[in-house]
Amino acid sequence: MSDWSLAPLGNRRAISLGAVSVQAVAEFRSSVIGAIRVGWRIVALFGVPEGADHVLLIAVLANDERGSLGALSTLVGNHYQALTPECAQASLFERELAEQCGVTPEGHPWLKPVRRHATDQAPNAWLVPERTREEYPFHRIEGEEVHEVAVGPVHAGIIEPGHFRFHAHGEEVLFLEIMLGYQHRGVERLLETQDRLRGTLVSESIAGDTVIAHASAFCGALEALARSHKSARAQSIRGIALELERLANHIGDLGAIAGDVAYQPGAAYFGRLRGECLNMLMTISGNRYGRGLVRPGGVAFDITPDMKTDIDRRVKRLEDELQPVAELFFGTASVQSRLEDVGVVTRDACLTRGFVGPVARACDVHRDVRFNHPYGVFRFAQIPVATAWAGDVFARALVRWVEIQRSLEFVREQLAALPRGELRSACGSLRPNELVVALEEGWRGEVAHIVLTGDDGAVRRHKVVDPSFHNWEALALAMPGNQISDFPLCNKSFNLSYAGHDL
Amino acid sequence: MFKFIRTRIEQGMQTIAFPGGERELPERYRGRPLLECSNCGTARCPQAREDSPTALIRDGANGRAELDLGACLFAPEEAVGSASCGVRFTGDYRMATTSADALRTTTGEVQLAKALDERTKRLFGRSLRLRSVVAGSCNGCEGELVALGNVVFDLARFGVEFVASPRHADGIVLTGIVNRNMRQPLEATYEAVPDPRLVIAVGACAASGGPFRDSPEVMGIPDSIPVDLWIPGCPPHPLTILDGLLRLLGRMHERAASKD
Repeated sequence: MSDWSLAPLGNRRAISLGAVSVQAVAEFRSSVIGAIRVGWRIVALFGVPEGADHVLLIAVLANDERGSLGALSTLVGNHYQALTPECAQASLFERELAEQCGVTPEGHPWLKPVRRHATDQAPNAWLVPERTREEYPFHRIEGEEVHEVAVGPVHAGIIEPGHFRFHAHGEEVLFLEIMLGYQHRGVERLLETQDRLRGTLVSESIAGDTVIAHASAFCGALEALARSHKSARAQSIRGIALELERLANHIGDLGAIAGDVAYQPGAAYFGRLRGECLNMLMTISGNRYGRGLVRPGGVAFDITPDMKTDIDRRVKRLEDELQPVAELFFGTASVQSRLEDVGVVTRDACLTRGFVGPVARACDVHRDVRFNHPYGVFRFAQIPVATAWAGDVFARALVRWVEIQRSLEFVREQLAALPRGELRSACGSLRPNELVVALEEGWRGEVAHIVLTGDDGAVRRHKVVDPSFHNWEALALAMPGNQISDFPLCNKSFNLSYAGHDL
Repeated sequence: MFKFIRTRIEQGMQTIAFPGGERELPERYRGRPLLECSNCGTARCPQAREDSPTALIRDGANGRAELDLGACLFAPEEAVGSASCGVRFTGDYRMATTSADALRTTTGEVQLAKALDERTKRLFGRSLRLRSVVAGSCNGCEGELVALGNVVFDLARFGVEFVASPRHADGIVLTGIVNRNMRQPLEATYEAVPDPRLVIAVGACAASGGPFRDSPEVMGIPDSIPVDLWIPGCPPHPLTILDGLLRLLGRMHERAASKD
């Protein structure tokens, strides 16, 4: 780890902020670029106001093969030389940095707003002029018979708002630009509150379909800073809830993919079975999305012996009901032919751009926080990483199906051997001047919460990176060469979160 | 083909009867909250107000405490105080109202949504086409709106459907805080719906900003968009939405929510 002076981190292991070296900008650039070249990837790159006139730029990097995490930093004024020209992964992070902190990454080839909001993490002394929210320089392609199709922000179904602009030649997509930010609610600032409960409630609402993963990462970060240790039982219950959340969403996605290729039986059966998973979460937590369950120090609800038998029975039934439906779906030739070779993400693109979750695993990249950076119950009960190689819609559907089967197995195993222990242990005040990275493998991929505390132990910066922040670009890359009419199908196979991206 | 038919038979009929055939909700389900205090008289309880971690309990008229269902996040911590004095959650999923004022009561006993007037009911009672506008949400409420379309709840059997264009719609379903970036698209969508039109506000965010109420991004529903139905919840259970919609359309017997 001595390479590039990365401060060694662990998933949910807090370190002193002093241990993170503050490098000169040039050194910081070559460290990050050098590390990315040999297989590290960017988990987060963000700014923290430092004093009245500077921004502390922190990079958190991961090496999945080695299971290592590392951090390094540099101090910048209101401009510095951008990393993006030499490191594509930094692109969206540097755009975000410019928007949040008012720092200009000079030489960035695609410097546009990300969410279109006023600067909210700039040093006090800076007067950053507010942009007009409507101001957005769209990419243009000129040429005979080249036309633009603009969709959104209000969509044709019950879908979150986002704007898609296709440049097409006939039916063929040449380029897709995705403009987001319509769901921006100012989440990061709200998470920096002193009121622990309010913060937890906001974390449950970062992405309403990823309640457990975000709340667990939020609580995981605070627990590490407070040196609070959860019981084995609490960890196991969190793991069960996380996998139930994955089951609900993966099953729902298979249904939605079936719906988009007009295979109604698949849409109807998977759609109902998604509800069965939500109802199991409701039995445990009182809410269909698991709200109220994950709390700092552990969980708020136990799985009673009766409940254990009941849920085990329901999971078994779900398993039995899913099998024939999946056989029907994956075995129908007309379905298969609609999913293959559509919306391809190459392995190369995945490695250069740092995609995560099922999107990465569908192009044969072994990337899964539960396996690479294990935490909580996943240190004891390992779930094998599910991969496919084609990188198309079919591969993404297949990865989901394999993960569904492994999650079912995991839930039943955990229920059979639920360890003893307190539901919640004390989670007191946070240690001052520390940095912690809490990663969680949500159903869409890596959920990251990074927290810095100040001199007084109060939260100084709470950075959230939803897997969708990494993966929206994958959708934009998958579209060129496909027909516009295949967009809904491609989009469903990624099923990214607008809310998680927009924060 | 054989497999297809076999699976169809195995799956069977899954749609619930409604109203009347609701499946039992689990014991831990947090439905409509109640404020009760036997010591200091219902709804005067200062202790409950102090302990409340959210904006669920607010100052009402004459210094009395009020429950604001629109601000309720249905978090377990909102149940404060003791059995004889405080807030508790009931298992009742019915809580949609016709006005924002009706969400605020001293006890949590809300006047459930009233049916539309005869003329509007004649127009929409048996066929209602809605457009969904998401304006700064977490995608939780949308998840439940999507669930309403599955075979269990089967919203379409009541003649209610979501359509792809506001020009085909009789009203909009609004979710989210209405943030700065969505206010204008929301207004444009509403304008595009032909008169007469309905507005249905779903979830805590639309009613109060929900968990995001302190954010500078919250603008709230503009006065130019009058709401006909408020459905509390974070997110509301599909049955809560279904119940509210059918009450508005005059397809349920009107009665106030009873205790439990």
